[in-house]
Amino acid sequence: MDHSAASQSVPRSMYSPYTLPEILPSAGGDMSIDWKGYDSGDGYDELIDSGGAPREAALPLCRYLASLSSGEIEERKRAADLSILTMGVTFTVYTEEGGSIDRAWPFDIIPRILSAQEWERTEAGLKQRVHALNLFIDDLYHDQRIVKDGVLPAWLLEKSVNFRPECTGVDPPHGVWAHICGSDLVRDRDGTLYVLEDNLRIPSGVSYMLENRLVTKRVFPELFEHVNIRPIDDYPAQLFDMLCSLSPRPGDSPEIVVLTPGIYNSAYFEHAYLAQQMGAELVEGSDLFVGDDECVYMRTIEGPARVDVIYRRIDDLFLDPETFGTESVIGVPGLLRAWKKGKVGLANAPGAGVADDKVVYAFVPQAIKYYLDEEPILPNVATYLCMDPRHREYVLANLDKLVVKPANASGGYGMLVGPHATATQRAQFTRLIEHDPRDYIAQPVISLSTVPTLCEEGLGRRHVDLRPFILSGAASYVTMGGLTRVALRRGSLVVNSSQGGGSKDTWVVDCRAH
Amino acid sequence: MLSRVAERLYWMGRYLERAEDTARLISVNTHLVLDLPKDMALGWEPLVFIMGAEGPFFERYPAAGETEVVRYMLGDRDNSCSILSSLHQARENLRTTRDVVPREAWEKLNDLYQYAAAQAEHGSGRRARFTFLTHVIDGCQLLTGLFAGTMSRGPGYDFARIGRNLERADMTTRIIDVRSASLLAHASGELVPFETIQWVSVLKSLSGHQMYRRHVHVRVNGEDVVWFLLQDRSFPRAVYHCLNEVQVSLGKLPRHEVPRRHVARLKQQIGNAGVEGLSREGLHDLIDALQIALGRLHDRIRATYFLGEAPVPRSDSMAA
Repeated sequence: MDHSAASQSVPRSMYSPYTLPEILPSAGGDMSIDWKGYDSGDGYDELIDSGGAPREAALPLCRYLASLSSGEIEERKRAADLSILTMGVTFTVYTEEGGSIDRAWPFDIIPRILSAQEWERTEAGLKQRVHALNLFIDDLYHDQRIVKDGVLPAWLLEKSVNFRPECTGVDPPHGVWAHICGSDLVRDRDGTLYVLEDNLRIPSGVSYMLENRLVTKRVFPELFEHVNIRPIDDYPAQLFDMLCSLSPRPGDSPEIVVLTPGIYNSAYFEHAYLAQQMGAELVEGSDLFVGDDECVYMRTIEGPARVDVIYRRIDDLFLDPETFGTESVIGVPGLLRAWKKGKVGLANAPGAGVADDKVVYAFVPQAIKYYLDEEPILPNVATYLCMDPRHREYVLANLDKLVVKPANASGGYGMLVGPHATATQRAQFTRLIEHDPRDYIAQPVISLSTVPTLCEEGLGRRHVDLRPFILSGAASYVTMGGLTRVALRRGSLVVNSSQGGGSKDTWVVDCRAH
Repeated sequence: MLSRVAERLYWMGRYLERAEDTARLISVNTHLVLDLPKDMALGWEPLVFIMGAEGPFFERYPAAGETEVVRYMLGDRDNSCSILSSLHQARENLRTTRDVVPREAWEKLNDLYQYAAAQAEHGSGRRARFTFLTHVIDGCQLLTGLFAGTMSRGPGYDFARIGRNLERADMTTRIIDVRSASLLAHASGELVPFETIQWVSVLKSLSGHQMYRRHVHVRVNGEDVVWFLLQDRSFPRAVYHCLNEVQVSLGKLPRHEVPRRHVARLKQQIGNAGVEGLSREGLHDLIDALQIALGRLHDRIRATYFLGEAPVPRSDSMAA
């Protein structure tokens, strides 16, 4: 593909409203970089540098986009929307009347691009982090050396809502508890990638990552031909292998199932998708039972069939009514018993969520040093613990500059964004923090990086985060890139799909190879 | 295949068939009422009995007039046998088994349900009724065709087919039973006015008039119609044929010995039944016995495949 010829041949008048302007550095100096269509802002943009030029890994894409007319771009966008519809990529919103709306997954065709070099370092950082987290969880359910050695304060565990005393002394295969981890990465103004949180319970989104790539391949097949974009589609196979490595019956071909709470769960699409991709049964709690021999069976038309590994997408507390005393109808009575006896593999292990706590998060860098004797490759966002008197004093004095979060809530609930809050809200949080300091942390406001995104006003700057998925079993594996979530509303930092968020394909591009 | 998935596909098949058969029944009865002289008190009450709904129906409605019965059978959400309820149930069962059926089937069934929900009220009136019922029957037929044409042959397909044929056999016996109550009683020679037209309506409600004429007689009489609908080997809505389909489907499933033996016995029972000269009481007893046997067959299938309660094997193969 001759990019320069293509961009030369497009008259400038055709650029608006959607096309990127010409961005080719040119030898002759006759092609100026025109940023009329794109305001790169004062933050960090993933594709365009502060001087307005495409970053190296994004160069082929930017050239290519510049070669398309606005009509052609519109056509690609329509093709993407149609693919999403026909592929049935949906997330589900249920209404009271019993009907449901399967909403098409909001998707932007302009990918987010990472260089292979940066990604390799990030991948190493994620593996390091999840390795340490697994050692940490295993320690917490055994000797608690990290507490005895004074690295982690004991009060922290006492008030942890995700610590499960029932799991103490259990030895899951390979000593791994968090088999599937989704860590959220955000990039600040200076270009540093930070880990914002680790989702160790039942992280979701990987199916959208896979589907986004399929859509992009349909929309920009030419680019995949010519650019060294690393593939991502072995995730289901990697997940399957990892789950197999948890089987109590090595050697056999193990029976793997995906346990879903059912069709009314908002992530049901993903449960069904992953089961189908792995060739595993998608089961509900009522399909399983624990036999007299403490093995887990599923009810099939051929009679009971032994289950070896359960990829569960149900929260700990609903997993086993016998153990957790909840009136759960979606769980399996006796499941924890079977797991503790080593008769069935559970991913993630019950209790893994103990490290999925915003206060524990603050100690992850120390945990990495403690267990691995290594410096953390990926930094944490600076985190102030309100439990600590000195931190608390600082937080209360700087509420207007900080984001305050409850330790155990997720999805952005119960947060205070200091700079946007009213005096009344800040006063309310002062009271909350003073009343229960263990429950609150504070962080500086991170201005998320942006990616050019097609929107109503043309090409706009929209904030993104990145959720890679890390698998740990007998071996470990990190997805190539991850799921990029984008806040589709101008200026918004909320990337959640229920609140106007969408997603983008994420490319890891190897520039060294072309 | 998971027991739950098998059970849902089975019920999806049953409910879809129930919706279609109910629509047929109402359609034919509407025509019949229009054709018969106004002073013939045939009316709509038999439909309530066909569905075995006399209890709940008369609790809610004082009389079984056209308006009440049609409203009850079309769009009454409190009637678990109404067309709308049947489609709703079929849809809920399909919704949870979407990964094993072709995607179009879900979309079509969803459309059909939405149509029924929006139009049932309007479709209860005489003028719009025919359009409504035809749409429902067409929609069900289209789905059956979609399954036949796009669903891989395997346990999922077999369970849906078993459900469809059991329901169809059941509905055919119900129609014979109730219609013959008013017709066979006079078979001892007393002339029933318009008898023929009523037997024709029985055939039509099962789309069987044309096939009957080709394979039995041009002339329609009660005994032959009963014979045709019970024992004909090739008419798809004849009870014998439906059971044959069930038997074939069961043959492809694991652990089929017990339920299949049940079907074989039931087929024999039907095949051996002498229909000629059968009195009204004799026929009613026969139908009663068949319905009980159909119920038992359902129980047997359920116990074998849906409950998953077979004894748990000991784990002697556990890795040490």
